[in-house]
Parts: sequence; structure tokens; C-alpha cells
Amino acid sequence: MADYEDQHVHQVYDKIASHFSATRYKPWPIVHEFLSTLPPGSVGVDVGCGNGKYLNVNPNVFIVGSDRCENLVRIAKDQSPTQDAATADILSQPHKPSSFDFALSIAVIHHLSSPERRVEAIASILELLRPAGEGKALLYVWALEQKSSRRGWDENSEQDVLVPWVLTKQFKEPSKKGDSSESSSGKVENAPESEESKPFLRYYHLYKKGELEENVESAGGKVLKSGYEKDNWWAIVERAT
Amino acid sequence: MKLLTANFLSCAVKACKSSPLSFPLHFRDAELASKSVPYNPLLLSNLLPRLDWPALVTSSKELGFTLPDTKPELPRLSTSTGGDDGDMNMSVDGGSGVGEEDEKTLKMLHKVLMETEVVEGKMVCGSCGFEYGIHQSVGNFLLPSHLV
Repeated sequence: MADYEDQHVHQVYDKIASHFSATRYKPWPIVHEFLSTLPPGSVGVDVGCGNGKYLNVNPNVFIVGSDRCENLVRIAKDQSPTQDAATADILSQPHKPSSFDFALSIAVIHHLSSPERRVEAIASILELLRPAGEGKALLYVWALEQKSSRRGWDENSEQDVLVPWVLTKQFKEPSKKGDSSESSSGKVENAPESEESKPFLRYYHLYKKGELEENVESAGGKVLKSGYEKDNWWAIVERAT
Repeated sequence: MKLLTANFLSCAVKACKSSPLSFPLHFRDAELASKSVPYNPLLLSNLLPRLDWPALVTSSKELGFTLPDTKPELPRLSTSTGGDDGDMNMSVDGGSGVGEEDEKTLKMLHKVLMETEVVEGKMVCGSCGFEYGIHQSVGNFLLPSHLV
């Protein structure tokens, strides 16, 4: 499982980091709202912070971002002088348990490749939160139900998929050619095959309605609020007492 | 990595989580830089209650700073008027601005916590002895597979 994720998640992000980062700049409204309403001086983690686009939403809180991909961590750190970021794995976090006011994990848990590992990932986030309802986490995962998106998946589609990412020219290493943008048919066989334009495939588990909430409960958490926003399921959770 | 961040890091090895020796991680061979960042007294004064002061004193000592033995006391500022540039025009309980002594303390905290950057070095767990590397200001907490 860990090896599979290394090949189909970690190595891909390492290769596509700059291009991926250039496409990730606009905070999602619910994430923005969650961060903006935190009291000044709150301390949190952003687990799977990517390029750090959420680190600077609220300048009056302190966030330690972490990501498995060092190239993305460096981008995050460069763009966030008042915050910090480090390289770490979601299942082995370098943090003191029970010490954070909040946690974010946006578009990360769906990259773990078994139900057990996804529940373990949520448990490892919950463990960081201050107990007794004093710490809250916002989790976001990609939804299976996205009929209106260009991917067109619906509730009957396959949940475990490899999604291609094709690097645009400017982000390629020299000597490689190919055309542009994220092509996400969800079916690998539709992707271009030639070496030159070979896409990078990322593993995703697409969440069905209610599945995120179930995972949170299995992980020892309590769902305070949850919903659907633009092709994603989200939940605000705390540790169950 | 900021000195502040060390106050929120511990060993990533699961067996170490229950050991008090795994926090704070201990700096070794650290090279420091001072990085100028916007001053934010609203953040600092409200962050203070969140800090493990004895751990901060330990980390600071390892990097060659001396902090007071006890946590300074500061009023918790409540409003910001200046935005990101950290305007000092703030109210304490709706009253007057920050006193001279408090401002000195805030500036000291800003310099130590926010502007002190460990550029190269190691962080070592006092429980298992594992060494985490810091390279070009980024700490690497990925574990080798036999420790996961």
C-alpha cells in the first residue's frame, strides 16, 4: 500500500509540483470561512498543505503546514514568510498530540489507497487536536458524484481511479514535449500513450455521499457539520469524547 | 524552520509519542539566519498562552539565545487596525495602546520566534535518538520504512 502510494501519489507530485502549484491559487470558500473565523493566536496544522495556498488566509493564526512532497513544501515555505512548512507523512506526523486548535486537510485523504489507511489518516489528524471540543478539523475529499464536472463521474462510477496529469510545456524538464493541461477522463486507457506526452497518473479514492462521515466516526471523531461543495465532500470534525 | 515551529514538533515515531523525552526535539549543528517578516503583535500576544515556555527556553539555549526562565506576561490584544504590516495602534480591553515594556517584550518575541530561521542542521529525538535533517530551511520528518 505504502509503495503503491509512493509510485502513484508521491512521485507524481514531486514531478508535477511547479505546474500543479501554478494551478492552485484560489482558496475554496468553505476553507476560507473556516480559517477566517479562528480567534487570533490559534495554532494549527495543514496536513498535506501542497503549495501552501491556505497558509496565508488568516495572518493572525500560526500554521505549520506539512506535505509528503518536498518540492511543494519549498514552494509553500517561500510563499509564507509568517508561517512554516515541513516535509512529513500524514500517517507519521511530527507533532505533539492534543496540542492544536485546528487542523486542515484539503484534498489529501483521498490519496490513501485502502479504507484502513484513510481511517488511520483521519485518526492521525484527530489525535493532534486539543480534546474536549477545543480543537476542530476541516477535511475535504474529492466526490464520486460530479456529474456536471468535465470528468462526468456519477454514483455508479468506479471509486478507485488513476487520474492523469499532463505537464504543459513550460513546466517540463528540457527535452520532453507534449500538450497541455489536466486531462481527467478517469479512464486510464484514454490517456495518450507515447513517451513524450505521457501523463502522470495520480491515485484517487472518490468518496460517495456519507462515506467521509463514516470514516470520521470509525477514526474516533465526531462530525459537527458536513456538506458538498463543487465536486467535493467536506466535514468539520472534532474528537469524540 | 522557525524557532517557533520547534515548539509544535515532536518525534514522528509512534513509540515515542508517549515519552516526554520526544519533546522538544533537540537542535544539533544548527546554522541560523535572521529573516525579516512582518511584525504582528495581535498574533504574538495571543500566541503566548499556546507556547510551552520551558521547551522554548531549551530550544533557544540550543541555538544560542537566552530567554527569561518564566513566560512573560502580556495583555492579549484584541483588535488590529493596521493590517498585515503590524501597526501598533491597538486596543487592550478597549483601552489605551501597548505600554513600552510590553512592546519591548513583543519585539523580542517577534525576533526570536518569527525571525529566527534554522537554515541547516538536525533535530534529534531525546527518546529514540533519530536525527531529522533541516536543509535549506526545510525540515524533513519522513521516516525510513523500518521506523514507520
